[in-house]
Amino acid sequence: MITLNDFLMVSVVLFCIGLYIILAKKNAIQVLIGIELMLNAAILNLVAFGRFDRANNAGQVFALFAIVLAAATTAVALAIVLNVYRRYKTIDPDQINQLKD
Amino acid sequence: MVQVFFYIMAFITLASALVVAAGKNLVRSLFMFFVTLFGLAGLYVLALADFVAVTQIVVYVGGILVLILFAFMLSGKEALNRVSAQSEGFMSLKNAPALLLTGLFLVIMFNVVFKAQADKLPWVQVAASNKNIMPVNGTGINHIGVNLMTRYLLPFEVISILLMLALVGAAHLSRKPKEDEV
Repeated sequence: MITLNDFLMVSVVLFCIGLYIILAKKNAIQVLIGIELMLNAAILNLVAFGRFDRANNAGQVFALFAIVLAAATTAVALAIVLNVYRRYKTIDPDQINQLKD
Repeated sequence: MVQVFFYIMAFITLASALVVAAGKNLVRSLFMFFVTLFGLAGLYVLALADFVAVTQIVVYVGGILVLILFAFMLSGKEALNRVSAQSEGFMSLKNAPALLLTGLFLVIMFNVVFKAQADKLPWVQVAASNKNIMPVNGTGINHIGVNLMTRYLLPFEVISILLMLALVGAAHLSRKPKEDEV
């Protein structure tokens, strides 16, 4: 049987890859992908622990909620990215450095 | 057998995530992100969470990735050229701080995982001795349905309202601005 430690190690590596993408990439959409990777690492943990809760399904139900929240986050974030691109003509997070125009 | 499947799925997931991190082409890294999500769905199945796996495929692959592709295609050629002109290696000096921070974080997290010894947690062992583990025969999905409509009804409704509000807000944010109100 697969132990919990295996799942935890996979999700740790996945989380760190997402962290690297967020820190190193120069494109808002790629940063968004990094956030999604980190969220997925967390969801993997929820699901792995949720195997030991047959009566209440807390882990799996919360994983479902997290997936829905990720969808809402992505929709709003992409709308903001589109607006930023329309205004600044770039989606490099380093170059967007003013709040008003 | 299950162990072998787990290692294959974990390898696919992590390798494609690494390709996403190292790739210079945004479109290619987006399509490798597809592969990562499918690998993660396989891992969810191996954790006996088949309903979550199907939801992952439907919502992430069908919804979020198509949305990201749309936004990327709509944001035009300049962004694409900027990304391809970036020409940074995985190991270049500019990425050194990010690489250092990520490596240190990886070390810390591995320490935490090994110290925590998740398989020996008290409540996990209690659940294992009480046969409170998800069954392999696929009846676990009945429990999810019943729980979602009884125990977790309030969070379910709240999150549905939140999702609707977020989608309406996204549609409002991304509409074309009128000429007179810029």
